[in-house]
Amino acid sequence: MAIDMELEVVLRPHQYEMPPYPPKVITLANGKKMVVRQAEREDVPAILKSVHPCLFIERDYYDIVSARLYGELLAWYRYRVKSEYVIMGQVDGFLVGIVNGRMETEKIGMSYHTLAIDRGLRIGSHLFAAKMEYHLEYLNQEEVLIVAESPIGFRRWMIEYPLEPTKIPHELGGGDSYLLTREIYFKAKPRLVVGERPVPADLWEVATREIKFADDDTIREQIAGLKGR
Amino acid sequence: MGVGMIPFGRRDEDSLMDMLAWAGLKALDDAGLGDGGVDALYVANMGSGIIQHQTSVASALVDRLSLLPAGAESIENGPASGASAIKNGLLAIASGYYDTVLVVGGEKMREVTGWRATDFVATMTHPTAEYVYGITLPGLAGMFTRLYMEKYGVTREMLVSISIKNQAMGTLNPYAHVEMALSKDGIFDDPAAIVNNPPAADPLHLYDACPVSDGAAAVVLTALDKVKKPSKPPVVIAGFGQATDTHTLQERADPTDLKAVTLAAQQAFERAKLKPTDIHVAELHDAFTILEIAESEHVGFFKKGEGGKAALAGKTKLGGQIPINLSGGLKARGHPVGATGVAQVVDIVWQLRHELPKERQVKNAQNGLTVNFGGFGNNVLAFVLRRVQE
Repeated sequence: MAIDMELEVVLRPHQYEMPPYPPKVITLANGKKMVVRQAEREDVPAILKSVHPCLFIERDYYDIVSARLYGELLAWYRYRVKSEYVIMGQVDGFLVGIVNGRMETEKIGMSYHTLAIDRGLRIGSHLFAAKMEYHLEYLNQEEVLIVAESPIGFRRWMIEYPLEPTKIPHELGGGDSYLLTREIYFKAKPRLVVGERPVPADLWEVATREIKFADDDTIREQIAGLKGR
Repeated sequence: MGVGMIPFGRRDEDSLMDMLAWAGLKALDDAGLGDGGVDALYVANMGSGIIQHQTSVASALVDRLSLLPAGAESIENGPASGASAIKNGLLAIASGYYDTVLVVGGEKMREVTGWRATDFVATMTHPTAEYVYGITLPGLAGMFTRLYMEKYGVTREMLVSISIKNQAMGTLNPYAHVEMALSKDGIFDDPAAIVNNPPAADPLHLYDACPVSDGAAAVVLTALDKVKKPSKPPVVIAGFGQATDTHTLQERADPTDLKAVTLAAQQAFERAKLKPTDIHVAELHDAFTILEIAESEHVGFFKKGEGGKAALAGKTKLGGQIPINLSGGLKARGHPVGATGVAQVVDIVWQLRHELPKERQVKNAQNGLTVNFGGFGNNVLAFVLRRVQE
């Protein structure tokens, strides 16, 4: 696709300086190791392959979450969103979950979406915690605006942390934002934010060599199979 | 005579009646009965009136299965509804009034959120002494576990060993809701365990509890002397027992003493003329990991205080002293409350017929035990099943 760089200067939003999210490794309930690392813009086409099959899964609002995430990933890939980041979880190289958000201002973060592609292992919880860790500890922001589109998200974020209800509108539309403040985050951190750094070399090598993705049927079975994990 | 079960899990596409009918048809097929020859239908279900806003499910199912004009009744006895329905079928046959009875147990719990399902199950607690104070079954189990730990030295590591064993068995059971193996590292040792396996009702954690499940199971009962040429090795209910205890846990002299479990098991053993040491495989009601340990002691497999150690030592695994919950138990097969007591019997029948793959089959199993635990131990049923010798 031809790109007119003169116009791009106008179309592309301002980007804040964003220090990198340092990767970490988390032991999951089944004993497997999940590498949590920040995605590069060039990773987007590979990530989209895992998001695509989720577009057609109604269960637990996977369709709306993945459709919006798909758009947000494309917006980041094509420089149409301000200061977005994407963090992903990989097990044995396979993409098992994605979270994203962006800097609204230097001090206020905007949480976008959390998509667990393998379920029953609290991957969503771990990755949501990672993005809050990024906002509060590495971007050094004061607060993050959060909404949930599914009851599971509401239980995981609003109740587990617990977040502070506000009347502030959220960029995603829908319900009013809930707020994660520094005080709430650091109080919740000991029971919700885990992971070890640095990532062992062998795990890092597998994770960065290739973003593997399960086939569509496997992803659908993992998310909405009869067992309904 | 015949048994059937459908895979437990989250069955969004199936109604409660679909599940009950499917399990019932599987049991009828297994019994070689086709669509005739059933004198009565007993349906075990706890919550259709609350969750599905549907009552008289037995009347609906007998028509759905084209078993008219067979008698039909719904049996509600909390999480012990399944075993209660089998007991009623058994008594009907023993009385001589009926020759063949179909018992179907089922529940569709995932139609509502986990919170509402927990609340629905809590309706069996005492309305003014427990429920109004917000007690739930996980809450009762948490308090019970704390007392059991203090009195008998049960440790978190022992509870974790039950979670790991039963979820490992679930991965081998195509009917299990949870088919995910757990590692001790991931749910206990590693610092990430605080997130992976968070406290649910202290000292119980997430993986100490069974899932909320949809599912159904069925058995066809008939008098042994009516079975002429069985196509499969017949299994008899050699003995059953049922006992009750105070509605509230707080009224018991020793809340760690599950008297109804002890009495129900004793009655079942006496009627079967067998002892705990004669049992080759058991399905115990592990709605919470502590219950597998406590029940293994109360039925007489181990002395008080020894059940947890036995589990930790692998004595309740396949190949151990007394294999328990090789189906994965409620912990992994799942706990659609009305189905559970029936599913336990179905799994033991498969064991005694020697029909399971070797990874789950107790070699040459002849006698099995089930314990279906209603309320918080206030209404318990036990069955001793025996393979009929050729």
